[in-house]
Amino acid sequence: MTDAPHPIITIEQLAFQYPDGDFHLHIPELQIDAGTKAAIIGPSGSGKTTLINLLAGIVPVSGGRLRVHGASLERLGDAERRRFRIANIGFVFQDFALLDYLTILDNILHPYRINRALDLTPQVREHAACLAALMGIADKLKRRAHHLSQGEKQRAAICRALVTRPPLLFADEPTGNLDPTNKSRILQHLFQYVDEAGATLVAVTHDHGLLSGFDRVIDFQAFDHSQRA
Amino acid sequence: MHSLYVAWQYLRFHKARTVVLIAALTLITCLPLAVHLLVRASEAQMLDRSRATPLILGQKGSALDLVMNTLYFASTPPETLAMREADRIDDTGFAVAIPIYNRYTARGFPIVGTTLDYLSFRQLEVAAGRMLAVLGECVLGATVADQLGLGPGDALMSTPENPFDLAGVYPLKMHVAGVLKPRHTPDDRAVFVDVKTAWVIEGLGHGHEDVATARDPQVVLTEQDGKLVASAKIVQYTEITPNNIDSFHFHGDTGQFPLTSVIAVPRDDKSATLLRGRYLPETSPLRLIEPLGVVQALLQNVFKVQRVLNIIFAVVSVAMLLTIILIIALSLRLRQAEIETMYKLGCSRLKMAELVAAELGVIVVVSLALTAGLTGLALHWQTALMQQFLS
Repeated sequence: MTDAPHPIITIEQLAFQYPDGDFHLHIPELQIDAGTKAAIIGPSGSGKTTLINLLAGIVPVSGGRLRVHGASLERLGDAERRRFRIANIGFVFQDFALLDYLTILDNILHPYRINRALDLTPQVREHAACLAALMGIADKLKRRAHHLSQGEKQRAAICRALVTRPPLLFADEPTGNLDPTNKSRILQHLFQYVDEAGATLVAVTHDHGLLSGFDRVIDFQAFDHSQRA
Repeated sequence: MHSLYVAWQYLRFHKARTVVLIAALTLITCLPLAVHLLVRASEAQMLDRSRATPLILGQKGSALDLVMNTLYFASTPPETLAMREADRIDDTGFAVAIPIYNRYTARGFPIVGTTLDYLSFRQLEVAAGRMLAVLGECVLGATVADQLGLGPGDALMSTPENPFDLAGVYPLKMHVAGVLKPRHTPDDRAVFVDVKTAWVIEGLGHGHEDVATARDPQVVLTEQDGKLVASAKIVQYTEITPNNIDSFHFHGDTGQFPLTSVIAVPRDDKSATLLRGRYLPETSPLRLIEPLGVVQALLQNVFKVQRVLNIIFAVVSVAMLLTIILIIALSLRLRQAEIETMYKLGCSRLKMAELVAAELGVIVVVSLALTAGLTGLALHWQTALMQQFLS
């Protein structure tokens, strides 16, 4: 008997509006099962990044229900959402968001240095080195970020996202700044982690050529989003 | 510790910005502190030295020049008085007179012509060699010996006042008899000679070959009634040695020879009062002054200047602090993307504040360490700095 897939993300009548902005987003219903590799597509300004930020608890929801990995984010305060994020989420950014003044190893370990909840142990360092070896940047660990190529930077950023072994991996256009070879390579790394760790991947992408690798594609054109006049 | 580590990496990466901030903060703290401590230390030293010097006799004129020249061997010599004035004080029995003749220099250091009484009065002890014994010898202050690399047995030439004056006196090659123990006073930066040696440097005393036995007939300019008058060709000695010391002599009455001042050390308060009474009349060309009063008056002016400086420092410091705050604010704005990334990675606002505080903390600690070091250095060289200021 196989386990039935269970939703790790559940959205019901989710509403979001920036306090001083003219953008609003409404998602009536959405479920993403655990272990899914989900791609979010849609036109620019449709709210894809906003959804990622909502799912990660970076911005608070304005209304409705948002349940992620067992936590009802609409009920959590800023500090609780932050703790939730540290414990459950790995983030990959389009612009890599590596810190120039740190070495690649320090960048990978950065979440441990800026969060009291995470303990930087020798095992963590070892894990970071293993991840770097898996990503093919083991020889770059002592170098600073600005000395690396775009592809190497994104692989370092993925290491940083994975070092805490998160059950949820959010990627905001992770291949946006990469050449075709690096694009597929980066996605392969993300997919490999999801498959091996049983994690869930939600990735925003504009690149329709990469969608075949995902289990599910969520088109944002189906949702209500608008810029008020 | 993690915050400190991240802060240190940030500061290391932005070296130029960090150095500028540290330099600015060091200047803000170091300048007023160093000036304040230097003034206090100089004040203490000046008052100590002036308290230890009860009375100074000199020509009427600038009391400040007289005191500065006598206590700190400042380069502006006051008008001279005759040596017999020192003898007169001795003759009164009220005080011991210590002659001072400080006009010449040797390689930048003042040559102080005096007697052995001065060295015992200042409790100066020999660290190497011995005290002055014969004409032409000198004893070096500790700093002079250290900076010139001289010791007992070496020689030191006096510096001619005007090297282009063909009629001027020759520089004298002095023999270093001893080096004094350091006292951290202006005495460390002086070359002590017997007052007669100072007169030789001035040309009031000299030594030359015997005119009567000179082999060169051109040495004798004229001969009249058995008296020989030497020509300019006669060999004058520029160094006093055991072989030629007997040829050194002074022309005229040594009682008329010049001194820059006389330190009078009264036997007791009554003697001091009586001695002061002798120099009260308006007609007397000389004055007997208490250096403590002169130094206190000088310090009052120094404090006034310091107060003005403090105000200037305060204004400049506030301006620099505002600039630093502006730099930090602009820097934080430039780092907005980094701050946003850290927030997304789970960093709390408190932790972010801690990171920025750690960066500022490192800058402040390094600045304070530099301030302490520079201020310590300034205090270490305070005597030399003060001497530079006075000379």
